[in-house]
Amino acid sequence: MSAVSTSAHFKDNVHEALADARLQGAMAFSGNFVTRRAAAAARLPEFEALRDSCRAIKDHTLAHLDLYLEAYEAKVRASGGEVHYAEDAEEARAIIVDLCKAMGARSVTKGKSMIAEEIGLNHALEAAGIEPVETDLGEYIIQLRGETPSHILAPAIHLRAKDVEQEFRKAHRDLPPDRSLAEPAQLVGEARQVLRAKFLAADVGITGANFLIAETGTSIIVTNEGNGDLTQTLPQAHIVIASIEKIVPTLEDAAQLLRVLSRSATGQDASVYTTLSTGPRREGDPDGPRAYHVVILDNGRSNMLGGEFEHMLRCIRCGACMNHCPVYQAVGGHAYGWVYPGPMGAVLTPSLIGVAEGGQLPNASTFCGRCEEVCPVRIPLPGMMRHWREREFERRLSPAPVRYGLGFWAFFAGRPALYRLATDLAARALNLAARGKGRFAWAPFAGGWTRYRDLAAPEGATFQTRWRSRSGATR
Amino acid sequence: MSATAAPSGQIRKSQPRVGLFVTCLVDIIRPSVGFAAVKLLEGAGCKVVVPAQTCCGQPAYNSGDRLTAKRLARQAIEAFEDCDYVVTPSGSCGGMLIKHYPQLFAGEPDLAERAERFAAKSHELVSFLVEVMGVDKVEARYEGTVAYHDSCAGLRELGIKAQPRRLLAGVEGLTLVELSGAEICCGFGGLFATKYGELSNAIVVKKAEDIKSAQVDTVLAGDLGCLMNMAGKLSREGSPIKVRHVAEILAGMGDGPAIGEGKPEPAR
Repeated sequence: MSAVSTSAHFKDNVHEALADARLQGAMAFSGNFVTRRAAAAARLPEFEALRDSCRAIKDHTLAHLDLYLEAYEAKVRASGGEVHYAEDAEEARAIIVDLCKAMGARSVTKGKSMIAEEIGLNHALEAAGIEPVETDLGEYIIQLRGETPSHILAPAIHLRAKDVEQEFRKAHRDLPPDRSLAEPAQLVGEARQVLRAKFLAADVGITGANFLIAETGTSIIVTNEGNGDLTQTLPQAHIVIASIEKIVPTLEDAAQLLRVLSRSATGQDASVYTTLSTGPRREGDPDGPRAYHVVILDNGRSNMLGGEFEHMLRCIRCGACMNHCPVYQAVGGHAYGWVYPGPMGAVLTPSLIGVAEGGQLPNASTFCGRCEEVCPVRIPLPGMMRHWREREFERRLSPAPVRYGLGFWAFFAGRPALYRLATDLAARALNLAARGKGRFAWAPFAGGWTRYRDLAAPEGATFQTRWRSRSGATR
Repeated sequence: MSATAAPSGQIRKSQPRVGLFVTCLVDIIRPSVGFAAVKLLEGAGCKVVVPAQTCCGQPAYNSGDRLTAKRLARQAIEAFEDCDYVVTPSGSCGGMLIKHYPQLFAGEPDLAERAERFAAKSHELVSFLVEVMGVDKVEARYEGTVAYHDSCAGLRELGIKAQPRRLLAGVEGLTLVELSGAEICCGFGGLFATKYGELSNAIVVKKAEDIKSAQVDTVLAGDLGCLMNMAGKLSREGSPIKVRHVAEILAGMGDGPAIGEGKPEPAR
């Protein structure tokens, strides 16, 4: 079992999200990513060429994933680390909890990791009596609130500064109640102060990985806060949790991917910290963990290899697709109901938790194509959402009114002469029904439309009928 | 509607036979867009024919009903067999004909080749006028401040951005202003608009805000679906802003009722 999902109730989630004034207020300020990414892309002449190259790197890696995983594993072992493979979320949780228990860990610091979210790691640690402490500021905030991330990069983007202040006053009771937290810098300062003690007390540090390098057995994380460095260097053990598609062959490949990652994500030329870790502390090293473990998660991904959803495994989790998505921008990440929101989530979620549960997500898209336009590794996101719709249609999972409606329409659309007569009759009748107003405020079978908008009425006879009378011919 | 109102500055070619793929929305809801397209095409020196047609199949394709989509695609490909070009006043249907038909038949060599040939001769109306027929100015007049919304499929699948603006710049009396967020989806998305009405509404509400703050009296686009969505929202909100297909303005046919408008507006 992975993290709990409400994706099947997407429409209810949307309804709630749209009625949530606080969320809507917070989302209104989330637009900066778009302009920053555009500026960063424009500053780099080879940006488009880099995207092509990065797509090729990922495609090549996926085509030889077994080889690169084995090569990576060998390098990690050679550097004194251990590699554990987890087929699903439960296995991954068990491996990590067992490792922590074996080391007698009571407190664990965590860098930001969507895989940890995917496997529901914090609950498992808590259930084992181990305290997980999120050290990424956004993750720390939502951990205090008992929430899940609403964005893969900016997990607390659904909150405003005053929500954070409220949360900090509630959580940090040992600090003076009359302190000022009006400025964002004061909030950051307080989080640093509180987290510093946690960093020093932690027995184990758990991080995700942006890339795993087969050539060297290195894991790479990028952060803007430096929390990942403290998480992975201070405790006696460092556990990396990453999914299989994070592998890339060489450091050079990772360097190319990093160039598109930060630009696509936040519009930065490079993230503030790019941290490489290769195995545990070596003889003579002044610091670093004594033990180094990598847990590599499959959780359904290998089923995507070689199929129509393989492209999705190119994803480097930059978040550009959601930053540019009109649906995500309207409702935020929680409405998607599972771990991954936005267009990438709409494709990935049905792959990982099943189309019966996640099938709403690929339907809830206008196919505007902006996600594909900005995806640094050119994942055809709308096309893959359409693939999901095809699978649902084949399995008769799409809603009955849609199937019957389509069937009815297809019957006419496949018979041009009948279609011309029927549409002409309908258009004339609707034109009369509009009684000169040119639009309807309500229409049967179109409640989803007319509840919110007027519906233009036909002008009268159809174009094809008018054209025939104009030309007096059959064509 | 006369064929003599030829745009100036055009490159005269031997009269190509252009099949108008009018689109089901224009056919049923707003035939005047079809006649505007005919006027523009004839004005550019084309012989316009209208083969019996229904729908490009996009609603089925985007609903996962690939078989129906293929059946309708074959029907369209056959209907326009004897045309030099297929032209459609829609970036969305154009994208279907040009980008998606070949994908539908990928792996079926005979059909794929036919679909590729069909795609190669298919064009969206405004880009066809500018890029194929060499039209750089139309003879049309429209008094008003106008914004152009870039419908998603036209913009991203077919690269339609400069062409309509270029022709609109030549319309007398028309002031073109840029819409903030002109490239952001209006929330239409075909069946999405009714299947996810509340979500679609949230998106078009933002679009309507951008349109209203642009201080225009008319908003244009190249796709009737998006236009009906924006028009329906604006009129529901009581906005007097008119919504029209870009072809109506370019053809000098902007004096009839706007989309969703009742009785003819007073003469300008």
